Amino acid sequence: MRCIKCRGKAAVDIRRHNSAFCAEHFLEYFENQVRRAIDEEEMFGAQDRVLVAVSGGKDSLALWDVLLRLGYQADGLYVDLGIGEYSEESKRLTQVFAEARGAALHVATVADDFGSNVPDLARAVRRPPCAACGTTKRYTFNRTARRLGYDVLATGHNLDDEAAALLGNLLHWNMEYLARQAPSLPAGNGLVRKVKPLYRVGERETASYAVLRGIDYMVDECPNAEGNQQLLYKEALNHLERQSPGTKHALYFGFLERGRPRFESPEAPPLRACDECGEPTTAVVCSQCRLVARAHAALERMELRAAAGRE
Amino acid sequence: MKVLVRIPKKQVYEFPGRRPVLWVLKQLGVNPETVIVIRGDELLTNDEMLGPDDEIEVRPAISGG
Repeated sequence: MRCIKCRGKAAVDIRRHNSAFCAEHFLEYFENQVRRAIDEEEMFGAQDRVLVAVSGGKDSLALWDVLLRLGYQADGLYVDLGIGEYSEESKRLTQVFAEARGAALHVATVADDFGSNVPDLARAVRRPPCAACGTTKRYTFNRTARRLGYDVLATGHNLDDEAAALLGNLLHWNMEYLARQAPSLPAGNGLVRKVKPLYRVGERETASYAVLRGIDYMVDECPNAEGNQQLLYKEALNHLERQSPGTKHALYFGFLERGRPRFESPEAPPLRACDECGEPTTAVVCSQCRLVARAHAALERMELRAAAGRE
Repeated sequence: MKVLVRIPKKQVYEFPGRRPVLWVLKQLGVNPETVIVIRGDELLTNDEMLGPDDEIEVRPAISGG
């Protein structure tokens, strides 16, 4: 297989574009795709302070690397979820990445901020770990970005993530999520602007970028992710993609161009400040405060039962 | 050739002779859309021919976070 730009030996093939690139021209293609996403969606400019949510995985570190190379003011935020060795290693890799580039990295530790780590919170309320993890991360991203005065929060969601989320939202007709699913969401009512500059590139492309740039990222999957819904949707989409290249692209970009406007409603539920913490919510108390309160109440009951059993 | 696989668990396979990457992925039952294939510090496309002395890694590109 040959690079479509220089006819040299190809390193990466991108079947949905009927293209292949050598290492040098793939990196150029990747950066161009990110630049195009930022410009077309008016995500941020050179003067904006960008906070990149980094997990130590390929997508978020590839994103941070590209933004720094493109000259943006991009700092990192790592949320330590407290998932044993997995969290320790992913934090170490993120710190090594930041130090090598002289980039600023903020670390938020869930156990310090909420009294328990994510696995304990999830266990206490008997919810899947991914649900408690998602709620806690979204809350921490927004609160940290706001408190530290960043203009925009960038996440490493790629085309595969967005297509899988869209498939899930369509299968369950989650109208509110369908109305909000977009590469760029504006700021307002206590929410910082949220952007996904990797939405034009697939997951194989972000992995390829990370390897070609020599980024040492967390290859192992989160131990809690096995069997989660998003992986199931990705598997289904990749089965289709193998037979029909471009399926994921057609699904997601078709939705953005033709589907999403039909789900947008002027009657979006109004946001207000949470009675407990002041963060934006559509309820009286935000989902994170409710999660933490329920978890701590359950943990207290467990401790009381254990103490009674010892007596 | 030696093939390091990371999914579903870390394991090393050996295959005889000269074969293209796509053949190896088929033997492993891996969808090429879900992995990248690495030899040293280079990435390989599916048509790349592998020899008896090659050592490659089939690395998952799909994550569920």
